[in-house]
Amino acid sequence: MNHPVGYNASDRLRWTEWLPWAVALAVFFLLPDYLSLGARVLTYILFALSLDLILGYAGIITLGHAAFFGLGAYVTGILSAKLGVTDPLLQMLASAFAAGLLGLATGALVLRTHGLTQLMLTLAVAAVCLEIANKATPLTGGADGLSGVTIAPILGYFKFDMYGRTAYLWCLALVFAGWYVIRRLIYSPFGAALTGIRENSVRMHAVGAPVFGRLLAVYTFSAMVAGIAGALLTQTNQFVGLNVLGFEPSGELLVMLILGGVGRLYGAFVGPLVFLIAQDYLARQFPEYWYFGIGLMLVIVVLFARGGILGISDALVARLRGKA
Amino acid sequence: MEAFLSSLVSVAFHGVAYGMILYVISVGLSVTMGLMGFTNLAHGVFAMAGGYILVTSLSRFNLPFPLALALSFLVVAAASVILERLLYSRLYGASELEQVLFTIGLIFMSVALARLIYGTLQAPVVLPDYLKGQFALLGRDFPAYRVFLILFSAGMIGVLWFGVERTLWGAMVRAAVDNRAMAQAIGINTKRLFTITFAVGSGLAGLGGALGADIIAIQPTYPFEQLVYFLIVVSVGGLGSLRGPFIAALLIGITDTACKYWVPQFGAFFIYAATIGLLLWRPMGLFGKRA
Amino acid sequence: MTTNKILGASLAAAALACAFPAAAQTVKIGLISSYSGPGAAQGDQIDKGVKLYMKLNADKLPPGVKVELISRDDTGANGDVAKRIAQELIVRDKVQILTGVVWTPNMAAIAPLTAEAKIPFVSANASGAKVVGMSPYMARVSFTLCQSAYPLGQWAAKKYKKAYSAVSDFAPGHEAEGCFIRGFKEGGGEMTGSVRIPLANPDFVPFMQRIKDAKPDVLFAFNPAGKQATAMMKAYGDLGMDKANIKYLGTGDITTDEELQGMGDAALGVITVHHYSAAAERPANKAFVAAYKKEYGADLNPGFMVVGAWDAMDAIYGAIRAQGGKIDPDKTMEFLKQYKSTTSPRGPMSIDPETRDVINPEYLREVRKVNGKLANVELETITTAIKDPLKEFEKK
Repeated sequence: MNHPVGYNASDRLRWTEWLPWAVALAVFFLLPDYLSLGARVLTYILFALSLDLILGYAGIITLGHAAFFGLGAYVTGILSAKLGVTDPLLQMLASAFAAGLLGLATGALVLRTHGLTQLMLTLAVAAVCLEIANKATPLTGGADGLSGVTIAPILGYFKFDMYGRTAYLWCLALVFAGWYVIRRLIYSPFGAALTGIRENSVRMHAVGAPVFGRLLAVYTFSAMVAGIAGALLTQTNQFVGLNVLGFEPSGELLVMLILGGVGRLYGAFVGPLVFLIAQDYLARQFPEYWYFGIGLMLVIVVLFARGGILGISDALVARLRGKA
Repeated sequence: MEAFLSSLVSVAFHGVAYGMILYVISVGLSVTMGLMGFTNLAHGVFAMAGGYILVTSLSRFNLPFPLALALSFLVVAAASVILERLLYSRLYGASELEQVLFTIGLIFMSVALARLIYGTLQAPVVLPDYLKGQFALLGRDFPAYRVFLILFSAGMIGVLWFGVERTLWGAMVRAAVDNRAMAQAIGINTKRLFTITFAVGSGLAGLGGALGADIIAIQPTYPFEQLVYFLIVVSVGGLGSLRGPFIAALLIGITDTACKYWVPQFGAFFIYAATIGLLLWRPMGLFGKRA
Repeated sequence: MTTNKILGASLAAAALACAFPAAAQTVKIGLISSYSGPGAAQGDQIDKGVKLYMKLNADKLPPGVKVELISRDDTGANGDVAKRIAQELIVRDKVQILTGVVWTPNMAAIAPLTAEAKIPFVSANASGAKVVGMSPYMARVSFTLCQSAYPLGQWAAKKYKKAYSAVSDFAPGHEAEGCFIRGFKEGGGEMTGSVRIPLANPDFVPFMQRIKDAKPDVLFAFNPAGKQATAMMKAYGDLGMDKANIKYLGTGDITTDEELQGMGDAALGVITVHHYSAAAERPANKAFVAAYKKEYGADLNPGFMVVGAWDAMDAIYGAIRAQGGKIDPDKTMEFLKQYKSTTSPRGPMSIDPETRDVINPEYLREVRKVNGKLANVELETITTAIKDPLKEFEKK
């Protein structure tokens, strides 16, 4: 894969890394009507971060990541609607735990394979999860979805209201936490090992690195983060439907991430941001034809830039620097 | 016992018919992905295009059915040459993920175009009278169109096998699949070979979409909905092989049909459970040359 | 001096009166429908119905009142997207009424929002029986599956002994299955078997073969309107089940008017029960179908979702008229609860004040060839007003 290696000897924060948080806070104060969309973007950023970790850094190809996202979403929903557990932190922990368990179990099977086979296995697992959710109607609401999900105010004070303010800040806090942990992970020796596995796993075996163990660890961790993102979705919408599972959300996430730039930490930020906002704008202006616009954007990004949008910006910056 | 035998015959027949449809649509993908190493998720677009061409030829231009089928192969193959020269060839060196992104972008665009031209309702297929109704054989009635499908697909597979195993073109393709660098070294023009093979693979997809149009409805979201099925056939069968997807398609067709017939509660799970099982048993696919 | 003051005051008053001419009120209506994704065909039907109504009934609004329609795409059965769109329509675009919605989960997702923000919602399609009760600000003008499945079961039991049920495996399918079986058994019929077919299923033949081998008198089917309905119909024909004397019955979704032409002759003789048929002879319907064809193309037929959208707008316009353009949520709901229509293309309909759900007429129809084209010909009126049976069962 031809994208920049993620491991960087220095993990000092560059000034550009403050930008996303500044923008996020600015949106909160300046664009109060767009907070629902903002919460959705933040949720998908966290989801994309989890995918970037395994796809970009460890080189695991998956079209079934929504299985963990969906499981996290449903665990939170079921805890609230069926078991009356409404504390958001408890729900989050339960979702992460359940998703992690699924990640561990399926990872043990899937990670022994490569390429198309790996892709298909992950896809099949996600499809099976979707069918289970459809069949288990008493628990999941089936095709009608799970309603009656209530979320208790955070710390007893911040209610999840109609205007989406609390939801937005809650998502932002979790994305920040996720980003912090993942960033530390990437710049650690563990992260270096992942990059090594992605670039040349045979060599890694030769060096004696526990390849399978590392892959399983990162896959499980990534599943947990995806589960947390799913829980966020349920908490901000107080609803879960079957659309969180299956091939469509996995595929959509993959597109978002590749669009932003795989293997780049901020690819997971830029991709969902651009995709979801373009979708929102185009769907409103031309409800019937936004598909064409998105497709065209994807094709152009691939034809004229490798490495997604961040790849384009890198090339531009290098051009400018070259001239200066 | 009589009833059981009768069910067995039904299941076998319908399973084979379904497997044949799956195969016909998917075989082109095995060739392009296996030969060119290009992750062409937009394969369904060519199948859909073939289906629309069939429908338009039959309904708007009142062409005879065999001509409409031939057109669906030829027009799609020709169009794919243009696409390949203009767009696909730029991405031969790109990473798998970029190819995935590109082909998904193509799917999005063609879904919108199909909707613009044909609307959201499915395209109705009007079969010629000689293919409608039932066909009586050995005291049982079989749907005529499915009998035709099985026979035609078998013929097509025969032609394909002959083309790959017995012609020069086929030998060149096999050589290039095994070792592209070596094939180029001995003077095979792999660039032209790719274009021709891509055209054949896409044409086959178009033909498959047209043949299956009566059963698998042609509508704008076709490439998304059917993607999973032909990926399953190709991955279980093994990339780059013609035999592999054939066996895989038959296997999946028959067992899926059997499961739906005898244990319908698990109907939806089965195809995925089977995929998982088969892939874990044979990660390279049944007859795969490379993963 | 006093004269000056009076003059000044009069001038000021006149100026003020000119600044606010006979209040040009705009009522904003939010339409949530599916314009992309798998539900696009259905969402398109709703969109067409809404826009046709608005075009032809502009004169039904009170003087000085305009209606502004803002439509948004929920991209499919995505409750989270529907909720976000509804929230944006309410908070950002400040709509006063919401309508549309193809999918039941989407309606369920926006229910708490309509209650919290007090925005009336009229469902043009979403038919899950329980959903309309989730918020006091929701009403429905479309239908519920049981309204057709239950009477069909009762009718079928009078003529046939054994039935097999085959429905698509999701919530509406389960509702239809349950109500048909109940009606059929109450009439003394016997169920040979039942099967739930996965929604994404590409090939119906294995299921249909199983049913054929079980030899029932009657096959009851439900699929969501669209390509599943056509595929199942074709499988029925391909396997020669009509020759095997297995009668094909279902709710109107299986022979939906906009897809019927594509189903071919296999559909002839299929009997359905539904609240609307494009072939109905009622004057209101003939005018409606003519207007639809004139606007959208002579080859197209309006399906029941177009009618759902049409009637939703009729109810909303009625509410606007009743309030002179000043929309108050509670008054709107009061109006909706009492809503009745005799001019709907489907026939007489009203809303049940207790449940806020629709009370529909139901007709027994058969697919026949009329002027060379397939049509759902209404044979008899089974009932002029049926409430949702599921809610009625729960009361007992």
